[in-house]
Amino acid sequence: MADDLHLFALRGEPADAGPAAALAELAEGSNAAAARLEPGDDPRALLPWIGTLRLIEIGFPKFRDGRGYSQAQILREMGFAGELRAVGDINPDQLQFLLRVGFDSVAADAPLDPALVSRTLARYAHVYMGAADGRAPAFTERGRAAG
Amino acid sequence: MYQYDAIDQAIVDARVAEFREQVERRLAGTLSEDDFKPLRLMNGLYLQLHAYMLRVAVPYGTLSSVQLRMLAHIARRYDRGYGHFTTRQNIQYNWIKLEECPDLLADLARVEMHAFQTSGNCIRNISSDQFAGAAADELADPRPYAELLRQWSTLHPEFSFLPRKFKIAVIASETDRAAIQLHDIGLQLRRGEDGALGFRVYVGGGMGRTPVIAKVVREWLPMADYLSYMDAILRVYNRHGRRDNIYKARIKILVNDLGIEAFAAEAEAEWAHLKPLGRDAPEAELARIIAQFKAPALVAEAEALDLSEPDFALWLARNTHAHKVPGHRIVTISLKPVGGIPGDASAEQMELVAELADKFSHSEIRVTHSQNLVLADVRSADLKALWQALAAAGLGSANIDRASDVIACPGLDYCTLANARSIPVAQEIAARLAPVEAELGELKIKVSGCINGCGHHHAGHIGVLGVDRKGAENYQLLLGGSGAEDASLAKILGPGFDADGIVSAVENVTKAYLALRSDPSERFLDTWRRLGADPFKEAVYGG
Amino acid sequence: MPHLLTCNRLETGEVLWWTGEGWNTDIRAAAALEKADAEALIAQLAPAERVNDLAAIEAEANGGGWRPLTTRERVRASGPSVRPDLALVGFPTNGI
Repeated sequence: MADDLHLFALRGEPADAGPAAALAELAEGSNAAAARLEPGDDPRALLPWIGTLRLIEIGFPKFRDGRGYSQAQILREMGFAGELRAVGDINPDQLQFLLRVGFDSVAADAPLDPALVSRTLARYAHVYMGAADGRAPAFTERGRAAG
Repeated sequence: MYQYDAIDQAIVDARVAEFREQVERRLAGTLSEDDFKPLRLMNGLYLQLHAYMLRVAVPYGTLSSVQLRMLAHIARRYDRGYGHFTTRQNIQYNWIKLEECPDLLADLARVEMHAFQTSGNCIRNISSDQFAGAAADELADPRPYAELLRQWSTLHPEFSFLPRKFKIAVIASETDRAAIQLHDIGLQLRRGEDGALGFRVYVGGGMGRTPVIAKVVREWLPMADYLSYMDAILRVYNRHGRRDNIYKARIKILVNDLGIEAFAAEAEAEWAHLKPLGRDAPEAELARIIAQFKAPALVAEAEALDLSEPDFALWLARNTHAHKVPGHRIVTISLKPVGGIPGDASAEQMELVAELADKFSHSEIRVTHSQNLVLADVRSADLKALWQALAAAGLGSANIDRASDVIACPGLDYCTLANARSIPVAQEIAARLAPVEAELGELKIKVSGCINGCGHHHAGHIGVLGVDRKGAENYQLLLGGSGAEDASLAKILGPGFDADGIVSAVENVTKAYLALRSDPSERFLDTWRRLGADPFKEAVYGG
Repeated sequence: MPHLLTCNRLETGEVLWWTGEGWNTDIRAAAALEKADAEALIAQLAPAERVNDLAAIEAEANGGGWRPLTTRERVRASGPSVRPDLALVGFPTNGI
């Protein structure tokens, strides 16, 4: 990871897994412990290494490009248990979504205000739909309350 | 109708607090306009020509009288005393101040309303049939399914940064009053072979620069799994929709590029991953929502109407629709008085409609995609009194689906995207054709001020598209569109016109229709379909 | 062709015109600028001002005031053409 990025943990401690390998490098036999996906990459191509990788970085060259959310969600659905890191143009206002689809950390182009980050992450006490973070959606909460 | 529980209220309240903080950061200068813009858009706030414009969500077009009174209050307190009902069944305010917007949203939240995702590249307000729950031809009330979609789509973490906006509509009858084939996803409630309820699913429809009629991606989708199937379609779109060109970013382009079979296969493969993950709401949740849409207890009775007053008889014929309970009617209140602005309503008119809804229609109001309002459950015995009250307030126009019931976007009078004004053209067309609209029968005229097509010109029997021609406002004439179950796309007839010229051209089309129709029961649209463009070209451009 | 500098105020969204010294909501107070000067001013003002959509627009002299060349800017100057009751005081929309 480049030194000029600002590493921020959303939960847990960020891993130091060494340089991240691109999909092509993994296919050529790299034994890196970290991989890197760009927005157009197929996350399911990482299946052979899903049990051994400790860190997967997902690139967000522009924060408006939302493909990384689906990539993260798919990796968690595949059973990836290591660290997911969003890298690039990350704004504080998207952190709640990143956390929900399974990201553990961000490496942002610009520094994030820690107070704003904690407010953002705590903002919504309820959610309407299930996602990789395992939070109970509203319909589950309602079911519990009903009985 | 649906009422919030503590969870729904907490989510809307949290959204107000979040937006308040975002506005504070913008006003303090710690958030740039570039970063703020997508955030405010996801909350329905645009910067238009004269001020900020706020688009408030009216989920599936249903409002309570309490909510409509709040919309009137907002028009008065934060705007200039009026609002504009839109083709997406929402309401827009034209004169909003950024610094007051958080307070406005807090007021809305007090009546279970919000502006979630009324703009931006995310899943927009879910639209539906304005006659839902009352129409004689429906299978079931489609709104509970739309409400579950509203919840599922609100702050969806995977689909809040899509390639482009995404619109979903739900209906429950064979007659399509919500233009589902012109949505990114259209859901039609149907019974399966075993009698169970499910959906036929359309995908890839839309208007805008490249109008496309949706294709059926699944003939039958079981009700129990419809949310995970929506997730599957959205995921295919989020991953593979084009992001290199804003004009090719809607799902319709992806569906066309892949072909519907390949797209359907991708969606099915993704659904196979998603279906076992427990994303679908349990039956109990749907039952909980359905219970809240319980139809009012109406008693069937014989209809005895005094039609001796011709104006009332005319209004009754044009503005009311069969109700499933005998002795009742669905009433459409026209927001299209000749000389008025299509879809605009003053605070006083909103309050009056709220009062009439309390008195005559179980305190519920609907917004239609034709920019009118509906009272869905009116006793026939009350129709006369209702009509008199409406007429006294300038709301008695008897013109639903007639020539003067013109749809128009705000156009260049308000909108920063527009190339030409649409309201003055709509007003002039309505004024010119109103005297002959009885003779013209059903005629849907739709005017957009730019290619984005908020005025649905592609779905107009007669469509008008405003463009910029070397710095001057210019208008193209399109014929033959329909947003109903017989969906078709209107085609450009020939060279464009200036503002006066387009009104005369539309008038000439209607004259040609009267001369060409096989008999008075043949609608303009059917004459067009039977004869094609040539006789109309001749009438408009000469031999 | 004279140029006018215009924008929308950040807090309220209202239309503003550059007078040579500051901002005014009335186009009749606008200062005419050479194109190059207008562009230089945009570069100078953009970072510091609490405004959006800062732009130089073309206008022609018209009875001691300015008439923008495009319909869009004339609508911005006076108000919606379909609501003369909301127009800038003394600035009728029928000239749009």
